[in-house]
Amino acid sequence: MTPLRRLLVASVACAALTATAAQAQRGADGQLNIIYWQAPSTMNPFLSGGTKEVEASSMVLEPLASYDNDGNIVPRLAVQLPTVENRGVSPDLKTITWDLKPGIKWSDGTDFTAEDAVFTWKYCTAPDGGCAQASYFEGVANMEAVDALTLKITFDEPKPFPYTALVGAESPIIQKKQFENCMGAKAPECTAQNFNPIGTGPFVVKEFRANDVITLEANPNYREADKPRFQTVLFKGGGDAASAARSVLETGEFDYAWNLQIEPEVLTRMEAAGKGKVVSAFATSVERILMNFTNPDPALGPDDRSVYKADGSNPHPILNDVRVRKALSMAIDRPLLTEIGYGRTGRPVCNVLPGPEQYASTANDGCLVQDIEGAKKLLDEAGWVPGADGVRVKDGRRLSLLYQTSTNSVRQSFQSLIKQWWAELGVETELRNISASVFFGGDPASPDTFQKFYSDVEMYTNNFSGVDPEAYMAQWRCDDIPGPSTQWQGSNINRYCNPEYDALTVQMSKTADLNERAELAKKMNDVLMQDYVLLPLIYRSGTSAHSNTLGGVRMNDWDSELWNIADWHRVK
Amino acid sequence: MTEATLAEQGMKAHHSLWGDVWRQFRAHRGAMAGSAVFLFIVLGVTVGPYIHSIDPQYLDMRARNAGISWAHPFGTDNVGRDMLAQVMAGGRVSLAVGFAAMLVSIVIGALVGVLAGYLRRLDGPLMRLTDLFLALPILPLLLVILLLFRDTLRSLFGPEAGIFLLIVFVIGITSWMQTARIVRGEVLALKEREFVLAAKSIGTRGHRIITRHLLPNVLSPIMVSATIGIANAIITESALSFLGLGFPPDFPTWGRLLYDGKDFMTLTPERVIWPGLAISLTVLSVNFIGDGLRDALDPRIRGR
Amino acid sequence: MARYALRRLLIAIPTLLAISFIIFALLDLAPSDPTANLPLTIPPEVREKIRLSLGMGEPFVVRYFKWLEQFMVNEPLNVLEQWTGWTIGDSENRLRVLSWATRSPVVDLIVERLPQTLWVVGMSYVIAVVIAVPIGVISAYRQYSLFDQIGTFISMLGFSIPTFFTGLLLIVIFSVWLGWLPSIYDTTHVVRDWDSFVFQVKQMIMPTMVLALANASQISRFMRASMLDNLTQDYVRTARAKGLRERVVVLTHVLRNSLIPVVTVIALGVPTIFGGAIITEQIFRVNGIGQLLIIGIEGADIPLVQTLTFIFAILIVLFNLIADLIYGMLDPRIRYD
Repeated sequence: MTPLRRLLVASVACAALTATAAQAQRGADGQLNIIYWQAPSTMNPFLSGGTKEVEASSMVLEPLASYDNDGNIVPRLAVQLPTVENRGVSPDLKTITWDLKPGIKWSDGTDFTAEDAVFTWKYCTAPDGGCAQASYFEGVANMEAVDALTLKITFDEPKPFPYTALVGAESPIIQKKQFENCMGAKAPECTAQNFNPIGTGPFVVKEFRANDVITLEANPNYREADKPRFQTVLFKGGGDAASAARSVLETGEFDYAWNLQIEPEVLTRMEAAGKGKVVSAFATSVERILMNFTNPDPALGPDDRSVYKADGSNPHPILNDVRVRKALSMAIDRPLLTEIGYGRTGRPVCNVLPGPEQYASTANDGCLVQDIEGAKKLLDEAGWVPGADGVRVKDGRRLSLLYQTSTNSVRQSFQSLIKQWWAELGVETELRNISASVFFGGDPASPDTFQKFYSDVEMYTNNFSGVDPEAYMAQWRCDDIPGPSTQWQGSNINRYCNPEYDALTVQMSKTADLNERAELAKKMNDVLMQDYVLLPLIYRSGTSAHSNTLGGVRMNDWDSELWNIADWHRVK
Repeated sequence: MTEATLAEQGMKAHHSLWGDVWRQFRAHRGAMAGSAVFLFIVLGVTVGPYIHSIDPQYLDMRARNAGISWAHPFGTDNVGRDMLAQVMAGGRVSLAVGFAAMLVSIVIGALVGVLAGYLRRLDGPLMRLTDLFLALPILPLLLVILLLFRDTLRSLFGPEAGIFLLIVFVIGITSWMQTARIVRGEVLALKEREFVLAAKSIGTRGHRIITRHLLPNVLSPIMVSATIGIANAIITESALSFLGLGFPPDFPTWGRLLYDGKDFMTLTPERVIWPGLAISLTVLSVNFIGDGLRDALDPRIRGR
Repeated sequence: MARYALRRLLIAIPTLLAISFIIFALLDLAPSDPTANLPLTIPPEVREKIRLSLGMGEPFVVRYFKWLEQFMVNEPLNVLEQWTGWTIGDSENRLRVLSWATRSPVVDLIVERLPQTLWVVGMSYVIAVVIAVPIGVISAYRQYSLFDQIGTFISMLGFSIPTFFTGLLLIVIFSVWLGWLPSIYDTTHVVRDWDSFVFQVKQMIMPTMVLALANASQISRFMRASMLDNLTQDYVRTARAKGLRERVVVLTHVLRNSLIPVVTVIALGVPTIFGGAIITEQIFRVNGIGQLLIIGIEGADIPLVQTLTFIFAILIVLFNLIADLIYGMLDPRIRYD
């Protein structure tokens, strides 16, 4: 390296990171210890789809573009973000052309080209492969490498938001040379490749022990000469969230701990030990209570119980009245729930679509204040009058609800709290919890899945990946209601059907302008909220902790938390 | 001799035998201390809720993570539930699980052990069965049974009784094998002993040999097994809760309370200490009782 | 004796086949879904495709025999090839038991984790036996002495306090407050010199001791009970009457006889070493076999759980046989023929 170039490199590093400009050199900061209490089972995100695998692989594999900590799309392997203005996206919205950065090399030293991107698409859409990220490639009619550095993606129909395929940590690019013989049904047999993928990212896998520990080294061919700052990464898994937090915040054995879903007072106390910091970032996760719009009466047969009938013949006997739904919402003290269950890592919320910021409505914020008296009045109006034992009755029917959720101590505390508030209204609540693997498992034979919704209300968290809410908001369309005819598949778990709402979703799928899209999304959110289709409770963040000696962490819930691990460094 | 006098004599002999046992038992200081502690715990969890009458499921939002006070002698948890009430409610479940599961396991274990040891015909098949059960890895089996039958039992007996029966059954059915093997070993050795051979030679029937000569002599290992059984059942139940396979979070047992409290260990240590202490003290006292019983029931020690 | 052993071995085969069927069927019946833990953002159609790619669409019998062939024939052949370097048949395309979560051969996962489990759990078991036998012997010999009282009390404590209570307590005291010992077991650590050896010892102390305490308590209870039974037997009186020295009476006659049931208990406990100590491994993050099993159960990784449980089953059957044979060797009164 000539003195001049060294100077140049140093000044570039200086601009990026003033703090450690003096030792801005690849591998200068030694070892980084990361703990994920759920350990990754593979390094191939296409074969797993779990968050832990996606995040672990994001140290090695990279997409064309990522989301930064504010939810903006930032180019990574691409030169810039293609838009209609810069002619990267065709005026008919059917093609997008990505220009790749020149000179990028895979960690084995070979050149990264558009062919690899095309291959990744073929790999994930190959039949029998069971690719977990296939939904990112939905609507892609063709991908071609125009030349080594130009990738052209053609869609079946106009795609107002074309940044899905190969954007974000869930759909990174894998090397064609390495995975060529691992297509389709052969994918799982390529253990060596799946455990040790060649990537363009800042690190390379040195040793992968499934569900235990991963050791990684700095990628010698990484495109930025002075990064990553750490020479090795020890990525440990196992245990539980509390002990992971302890190992960073109290004992200081690790530098970074992920997904610390523990009671807020415990976290605060651990942080008080002074060895590290808790960081959280909000994206789109909302803990919500869903209202069932169909009758879940156990006396009904399998073809009727919780099954939506287009002629409206099977409505919920209690919850089809919006006043009841509203009363149930008004009785809930969301700030208190947040304080008890989440602390700083959550916020009370009144929208099902809380982010990104330009999509968040402010029309419903009245729900933040608990109003038991108002709720009681509403129920009186609806004709539910208190009976002898305090439970309200109407036409001989008791106001009694079955409330189910997955087994989890925070959720059970929420259940008992909400039960107590509803009891003040004169609503009787029976609580039920189901183990998460059954509740969220898609077994059509099980009566306990959240899709079957064999209860009056149910509670869980949902979110969407990326920043575009189109698919997420389209969940409440009439034609997406789960039922026996669709093997209980379908995302409209509420069984909500409103033609007006459907019209809005159609409109959104044809609108390209981002501002107009935001307005539409807000409108849809408000329809759902003002109809009390579901009761949002908590806006949940991704929460992690890092030691005081680790710098450069920019907590991100839109993409992998490790999205900028190349910039992480040791603070002396 | 009439039947009445026979019964009377039996009663008398019986009475004095247990009188001896009781005398010996009383001499065992550990056993007496254990009995006192155990009685206290049993009374505490049964009568206690009538004295300290807070609903264990009531959430008192103003008193979260509270320390020791008159209103909450054991403090409260992070959603304001009274710990003493929870420990008492949990204790009833844990003790009931412990006893019931122990009974199931001891009855099966002793039956299989005696039959296998005494009747050569049955020895092979019964021991293969024992091997089979021993070879069935307990944990996945527990999980699978819990998953498979949870809902059936839930609809038959209600959510609480259903899961209770299931856990008792599951712990009982997976823990009798050690008892069976030990009892069989004892019986195998016993039946070659002179007094059994003598009883056989005068034509005593099989079932009488078992009840008169073998069972009393294997009572001591069965007692040791029974105490271990109760202890194990309580610990297994808490271990299941620890792994998330036991009782659900809204259904307090000592194990569940301990598990829920473990993250709060440095913040409100009461949450770990009380249920932990309750488990440990119960198991400890049961073990001491078993120890005393063992000595008291052993005719060779008794009267020394 | 040899004939008896052979017969038992032969009987073990149908037993194991029965067990393999029970395990496979039970786990297969369990309502679990390997895609349940995936984020809800993954749509149902994709989940269905994942399930199909895992082979869940095939009928039960086909899957059972496939698994049986993979486990009983293919895996042993692989092991043989690795040991000897031979190539038997079409080894490239031989199907192995694949885990659903990692998509890698289950046996490789187990082999990877065996060392740490054997070190920690095995060591704790050895320590437990070494401590427990003398304590049990002395406690029984000096029944009701101070030693007996203290020994009994400590073993009762060890036995009464659940391992996750002691484990957590130790972590809070030694890792959080005092900062002496690491709370997380580093499975990648290699012992090269004195310092790394010290580190290895340090990270093993807590999990090993927690387990050893629990195991030693159990074994010493059995040892004491068994010694007490034998000390009052007539043959002891006879031996003493013959004028044998007390040492010989206790250590040769009584101990030998007392060990019979204890050896059974110890032998029966050996398979649990391989099974790992699930709770302890979880607390100290010794990512061994027990932890693998828990991950498999949580993630509904059925092939992994099936294979692991079946391997445990084999070990248990084997050690049962061993326990019985030792029983026969130690106690001549037992006739096997």
